[in-house]
Amino acid sequence: MMNDSLWIIPALPLAGFLLNGLLGRKLGPVFVSLLGPGVVGAAFVLSIMAFNRMLQAPGLTISQTLFTWIQSGNLNVPVTLLVDRLSGLYLLIITGIGFVIHLFAVGYMRGEAGFWRFFAYLNLFIFFMLILVMASSLLLLFVGWEGVGLCSYLLIGYYFEKDSAAAAAKKAFVVNRIGDFGFIVASLMLFWLFGTLEMAGINQQASVVLGAGSLMVTTVTLLLFVGAAGKSAQIPLYVWLPDAMEGPTPVSALIHAATMVTAGLYLLARMSHLFVLSPATLAVVAAVGAATALFSATIALAQNDIKRVLAYSTCSQLGYMFLAMGVGAFGAGVFHVMTHAFFKALLFLAAGSVITALHHEQDMRKMGGLAKKMPITGFTFLIGALAISGFPLIFSGFFSKDEILWQAFSSPAGSTLLWLVGLITAVLTAFYMFRAVGMAFFGASRLEHPEHVHESPWVMTLPLMILAFLSVTGGWLGIPHSLGGGLGITNRMEHYFEGFFAQVPAGAGHGDTGTELGLMALTTVLALGAMALGYRMFTVNRERALAWDQTDPMVWKVLRNKYYVDELYNLVVWRPLHWVSDKVLWKTVDVKGIDGTVNGAARAARGMGWVLRLAQNGMIEIYAVSMVAGAVLVVGYLVFLTE
Amino acid sequence: MSILGIPILSLVIFLPLTGVAALLLVGRNQGALARGIALAVTGLTFLASLPMYFAYDAAMGGFQMVEQMDWIPAWGAQYFLGADGVSMLLVLLTTLLTFLSVLAAWNENRHTREFMIAVLLLEVGMTGVFLALDVFLFYVFWEVMLFPMYFIIGVWGSDRRLYAAMKFVVYTMAASVLMLVAILFMYYLNFQSTGHSSFNLLEWYHLKVPFPAQYWLFAAFALAFAVKVPMFPFHTWLPDAHVEAPTAGSVILAGVLLKMGTYGFYRFAMPMFPDAVLMALPVLMGLAVAAILYGALVCMVQPDMKKLVAYSSVSHMGFVMLGLFALNTQGVQGSMIQMLNHGVSTGALFLLVGMIYERRHTKAIAEFGGLMGPMPVYATVFLVVVLSSIGLPGLNGFVGEYLILLGAYGVNPWGAGVSALAVVLAAIYLLWMYQRVFFGLVTKAVNQKLADLTLREMAVLAPLLVLIVWMGVYPKPFLDKMKPSVDQFIASQAGAKPAVPESPAAKPESVKPGVSLR
Repeated sequence: MMNDSLWIIPALPLAGFLLNGLLGRKLGPVFVSLLGPGVVGAAFVLSIMAFNRMLQAPGLTISQTLFTWIQSGNLNVPVTLLVDRLSGLYLLIITGIGFVIHLFAVGYMRGEAGFWRFFAYLNLFIFFMLILVMASSLLLLFVGWEGVGLCSYLLIGYYFEKDSAAAAAKKAFVVNRIGDFGFIVASLMLFWLFGTLEMAGINQQASVVLGAGSLMVTTVTLLLFVGAAGKSAQIPLYVWLPDAMEGPTPVSALIHAATMVTAGLYLLARMSHLFVLSPATLAVVAAVGAATALFSATIALAQNDIKRVLAYSTCSQLGYMFLAMGVGAFGAGVFHVMTHAFFKALLFLAAGSVITALHHEQDMRKMGGLAKKMPITGFTFLIGALAISGFPLIFSGFFSKDEILWQAFSSPAGSTLLWLVGLITAVLTAFYMFRAVGMAFFGASRLEHPEHVHESPWVMTLPLMILAFLSVTGGWLGIPHSLGGGLGITNRMEHYFEGFFAQVPAGAGHGDTGTELGLMALTTVLALGAMALGYRMFTVNRERALAWDQTDPMVWKVLRNKYYVDELYNLVVWRPLHWVSDKVLWKTVDVKGIDGTVNGAARAARGMGWVLRLAQNGMIEIYAVSMVAGAVLVVGYLVFLTE
Repeated sequence: MSILGIPILSLVIFLPLTGVAALLLVGRNQGALARGIALAVTGLTFLASLPMYFAYDAAMGGFQMVEQMDWIPAWGAQYFLGADGVSMLLVLLTTLLTFLSVLAAWNENRHTREFMIAVLLLEVGMTGVFLALDVFLFYVFWEVMLFPMYFIIGVWGSDRRLYAAMKFVVYTMAASVLMLVAILFMYYLNFQSTGHSSFNLLEWYHLKVPFPAQYWLFAAFALAFAVKVPMFPFHTWLPDAHVEAPTAGSVILAGVLLKMGTYGFYRFAMPMFPDAVLMALPVLMGLAVAAILYGALVCMVQPDMKKLVAYSSVSHMGFVMLGLFALNTQGVQGSMIQMLNHGVSTGALFLLVGMIYERRHTKAIAEFGGLMGPMPVYATVFLVVVLSSIGLPGLNGFVGEYLILLGAYGVNPWGAGVSALAVVLAAIYLLWMYQRVFFGLVTKAVNQKLADLTLREMAVLAPLLVLIVWMGVYPKPFLDKMKPSVDQFIASQAGAKPAVPESPAAKPESVKPGVSLR
């Protein structure tokens, strides 16, 4: 694939959006189910070609400039598409997983009236996601950034008749916009500091223009992080993601697990040379990441909706990735982005397979024993759960999570506390995932109509098997030296990103291979214990656990209600804002204050009625003439006065 | 200069008068004929204005297509027209929106003939204001514009139309009187320093206005234009005028008339009194930021769709002012393109609200819900326009807003930062309205049977949708044309008054006679 045909990669899904959107309804579901996944599959093939070409290109970068988008003064924003090691990897994830999920959606959405609309939005999402990662300019990245937000809005609100879906869609967009505020202001600052919005230029000049640790670099990186926290659902802006589960399940898998929500991490990785200049910001990133990881994991413990469990788990895993980047381990963060994309997409799709089989039942308390009825779904979900829980030495999550925990412990920017939070989260994750596995797939069946439940068709199970394969093998790209070194296995992920990311200033990093293996063993043992416990509690002792659940103990109630954060925001932010706008600004300042003054003045002059009569008689001209005459008199007076 | 010997500016301005003449011959009850004539004439006017885009040579800059001749020699008033990159684009916006408004007003059955006459006269006034370079001529067009709009609101408006129309007139007139005083005073100052009478704006640019007077003169002009924009706190006529005005009136009011205010700052108030501008800048910027946030906040709590859109104009026009006061390339260019954007997007929003009003005779948000079901095409178009108004990158609104924020950040980081909050607020108020109107189940039985957009309505909206995408994806054709004019404007603000370059034709001797006023 030549450089000057890079544009075809995003153009394919864009064409898919236009054709599906304009003709999809007329041409019918067969056309849509060929075209929708087809364009993404084609984009995947081209992405592989571009990826290979990039690996051979000088500087490991290929790019193509299409046209100038905005040019004003010294601001110049070209539409330049760029494939380097970071965007290349993202390209493969987006189009590859995107294709698999499109395929799944053909089965999942079959028979829906809005079938064409759904695939139009999904294609549009892929287009914007590709623009986001291929952009060379921060402003073009923002086009993709907002575009995926729009698609997320449209797809969360896909079932628009449902009030909860409509509200969730708006909430997602608005909360993301709060993040965008940070992004926009950061971009303004960067432009006036660097004179460009090209990210390569900013990275290159970062240490020259901005002093390490200066207030300026801390401010600008914190603002960028606000943007990232909005998109990637971190505290305090995570509230939209759980509600986003109102969208159809393939959407949750693609947008709200595998791709869009990792855009914030992409931004940090992309701007790593800027971020390492501010230790303060990195500390905030690590702290917020760790806090979100733990906080969301505790909420996931008490959720009974299978998608909600996965949603909070996503927040939590994204927190892990931020933790990694906060301690300067950008490569480890991106590695986890990749493995998480595999196993979380798998878990969501498997959940989707269950949800269709049960006619849109999402409550795990009404499931149980599904593995017998749906062996492929059950088996692949189990693989996903093993991967996310970090089952040792085989599954992908083990390697990427271990890398993060080790970096959190040993990096100069890391600490024992960060590691400990990561460890606790890992244990909680193992527990709630196997609670879900046990409740839904094993133990006695609590189905209302078990005889109606069947395995899903191949168009849904094939994607599950592909993703299950990747969930296992994906981690083998990043086998740590402590394990593979003796066997001559290199850490391919580390090698791949060699020299790409900025390094945190060298400091007192601590820990040797022995410590690394020791901590790894500790994590593994604890996680295995939690998995066994979670599974046992919700299969063998299930009735007792559910009975305890029924008693609604205080802690449980708080967790189930998500610490009442939504209620708090409503009370502290939304209601006061609404009250001030309504009662103070509108009804007092505007209506009583300004308008009252104007009307009062007019009444006092009795002018309104007088002019009105003239106007009705069609004699307003007289008023105009008298006004001009009056003006002339005033000027005459002024002229004489000044002389 | 003219194209193929045709004085194109005069043609564009006065072509609608042929429509007025024709309409006067039409009988009272021949509504359909009156509509046809108005549509044809406004359509022709739009087509006639298109060559202006191609005739304007951005490489040369300055005023082009100039027409200049004596008008009232005793006073020194001239018939002096010319277009720069900004006014050329604003005229195109005007002729397009007028044409679309006539098409949108197809069901206006009350005194159709008179309505169309008012619209055509309004168009004369609007294009005249944008193209006049003689201040007296400008003022005549300025006042010509006022009356048709007064009648459009007062006669064809809804329940409280008289109150709204009077408020509109009193507000603008009170401010205009002050401007007239200032104009006459400038005329006197010019006479004093040059020894001859002239209303030539380009001459007035060179005038060194002594200081205390400059401050008051600027204040007078600024007030007149601030009311039109409208700048906080002179905005309260706007919601009433919009809510009461018929759709065509709202579209023209928001799309074009508000631009008279910002254009007035750009063409008159600021270049004539740069030193006063410099002094007043902190206040003006503060008011612009206040308008941006205030308008957005008040928007959130509006129960009426039209009122919501009206208040959103206060916020968006605040952006235009903010960019203008940044006095740098990005700010001013953003401001100018935002004027076009606001005309297109808000114009489209008013058209859309008008379409649902024609079906249901209400604009209350609470009366709707679930319209996505019965009216999917309408809902889709509405969403695109809402997103453009929110400033979604890739659509037109973003280009203007971002350039404005970028420019403003260079001179006032805090002001720009605070204004950027509007991106959050705009999403809240517009998407909340959208959610309440289009999502959920249809709650009222009447809404279930609502018809989707007709072919005519789609024809009205299609050009605006094209512009929304075009200006968002490829704004270069617009930015390039206005570039030299924006640079000149900025130069005029740079402390010591630089010579404002004039096109060679802008000298009285070089004018070819032969263009008559009437």
